[in-house]
Amino acid sequence: MPDGATPVTGPVLDVSGLKTVFNTRGGEVHAVNDVSFDLTAGELLGVVGESGSGKSVTMMSLIGLLPMPPAEIRAGRVSFDGLDLLNTDVETLRAIRGGKIGFVFQDPMTSLNPTFTVGFQLAEPLRKHMGMNKRQARVRARELLELVGIPDADQRLDDFPHQFSGGMRQRVMIAIALACDPQVLIADEPTTALDVTIQAQILELMKELRTKLGMGVIWITHDLGVIAGIADRVLVMYGGQVVEQAPVRELFENPQHPYTRALLETIPSVSGEREERLTVIEGQPPILGAAPTACPFLDRCDVATDRCARENPTRVEVASGHDAACFNPGAVPIAG
Amino acid sequence: MPPALIRGLCQLLDNSAKKLVEVKDLKMHFPVYAGLFRRKVGDVKAVDGVSFDVYEGETLGLVGESGCGKSTCGRAVLRLYDITNGSVKINDIEIGETPQSELRPMRPEMQMVFQDPQASLNPRMTVQAIIQEPLDEHTTLTKAEKAQKVGELMDAVGLNRAFAKRYPQAFSGGQRQRIGIARALALNPKFIVCDEPIAALDVSIQAQVVNLLEDLQEQLGLTYLFISHDLSMVRHIADRVAVMYLGKVVELAPREALYATPKHPYTQALLSAVPEPDPTKVTGADRVVLTGDVPSPSNPPKGCNFCTRCPAVMDICKQIEPTYQELEPGHFVACHLFETTGEQGGS
Repeated sequence: MPDGATPVTGPVLDVSGLKTVFNTRGGEVHAVNDVSFDLTAGELLGVVGESGSGKSVTMMSLIGLLPMPPAEIRAGRVSFDGLDLLNTDVETLRAIRGGKIGFVFQDPMTSLNPTFTVGFQLAEPLRKHMGMNKRQARVRARELLELVGIPDADQRLDDFPHQFSGGMRQRVMIAIALACDPQVLIADEPTTALDVTIQAQILELMKELRTKLGMGVIWITHDLGVIAGIADRVLVMYGGQVVEQAPVRELFENPQHPYTRALLETIPSVSGEREERLTVIEGQPPILGAAPTACPFLDRCDVATDRCARENPTRVEVASGHDAACFNPGAVPIAG
Repeated sequence: MPPALIRGLCQLLDNSAKKLVEVKDLKMHFPVYAGLFRRKVGDVKAVDGVSFDVYEGETLGLVGESGCGKSTCGRAVLRLYDITNGSVKINDIEIGETPQSELRPMRPEMQMVFQDPQASLNPRMTVQAIIQEPLDEHTTLTKAEKAQKVGELMDAVGLNRAFAKRYPQAFSGGQRQRIGIARALALNPKFIVCDEPIAALDVSIQAQVVNLLEDLQEQLGLTYLFISHDLSMVRHIADRVAVMYLGKVVELAPREALYATPKHPYTQALLSAVPEPDPTKVTGADRVVLTGDVPSPSNPPKGCNFCTRCPAVMDICKQIEPTYQELEPGHFVACHLFETTGEQGGS
């Protein structure tokens, strides 16, 4: 845990039993199914999963960013700052979003408004949430740009988003998210649209800022390499559920869920032994048409038993701080 | 693999394997027009003097960041563009200057798999029609023969024949990419340019497609130019790897040599920027984090293209462009750090 973190008694964010369903013309889609997790101040929680695993929808549900309908939150509790965010009026939620909870989205080009200067967009949350006037907001905006490492901050404030490169735009997005000293920062695939050398810059920046500001960060990504480099603790999501949760080293050294294990075996690496042939997870991710009655990983699992087809496993603790939603955690397929 | 063995293998390649594709000083510039009279004001030098060979039956990986010109290079090699300058030989036939109408009969030899399987398949055509289209254009097979061939191709790429009458939207991303691969294989090509074939797919599906490409290469003796930004996947699939930066190849080497002992500072930085899926390895001490961004290809810096970001930059780098030379057998680098002939005296 970084030194900058303030000592707290409980988690800053506590999500339990979250269930989000989309009502579409083709029927219901159970995008998020009974997801629970918490986040401590100063902690960086990595969330990994493939597209459609429900990682983004989870985060959007908990701060009310999903359009309802078609989305519907069926159940769950999100405790933040003494409030249940799922039962909060729109005005309060609006004050929290961009204020105490900051957001960074995947694509820095589409999430910045091309018709306003970067300075204006940085000042907006400061004036709305912190009640600053124009001059104060500009001073703070300049500090923020310097914080995220943009040179000539004073001049760059008057530039428009298209005058920034991809990496610089993502830095601006991070600066906006940090504007009101959030307690929680949710970053949804913040480096996916960037090149590796730029991604490395953003990761270094994020590590530094987290220590400096002591906020809790939720980092959503599909890249296990990024997770290994940045996260303290990891949630692995599959088919709308959390299938495994563990501290980062524990997860990589001792994965318990067959999906996590398969995922770790699938990815090639630039160093170490080169595999002659890549390990493959056969089949396709599930279509979440109905509330699951079996394990979502059933079809692709190599250690599945009869029980896995009859009930959906819940998360059980396999080691201290490490849990997995599997009836046969750590099971190894019989060779041959 | 020990270096001696690599050298041996390279020599073996040099002597026995045939060069299927020879690219020399390939340039692809796109003009920029501006102002009231739309006058030409400059060029985007997407590919600016690239040379490499692809041997028969091998996979040459082409890596680089977005905007470095790797996709343009792949398309230019297949003459999907009218190239600005340079020579491209496929199977000893020069196609650099050939007009498009004369290229057409040669197209069956060289095919392409595109990045986005969503955008490269016509949503109004059935899978059958998509895979059959090259056969319609280039062969005189009967309807029944074509249907037979389409069935065989679908088997080869692992698609169920029963789905031939469905439309692309009924398939998942990985399956769509298989359709694209089947289409590329329809005319029994020798050389396939794979332009980021797995970039749009999920990790667990990427491995399936890469294994398929490897199997097909083995069965059909294909030669690939595999373009990707994913260095770890290229390490898996490629025999030799070329690294591009701002329109130029900065380093080209056999796979093991490139990943174990990268020479060019850009290759080193690129490799160290790849996040390792192992938390114990993340020390951060030996990590090279490049500062700044890639300069614009319409206005590349003087001297070496990488001089604005290079951690080992010298005065000469800002003046003179480094030559692309063979450092060890099969290991080419364009960097002043390794220049052995000429220019040391400074001019």
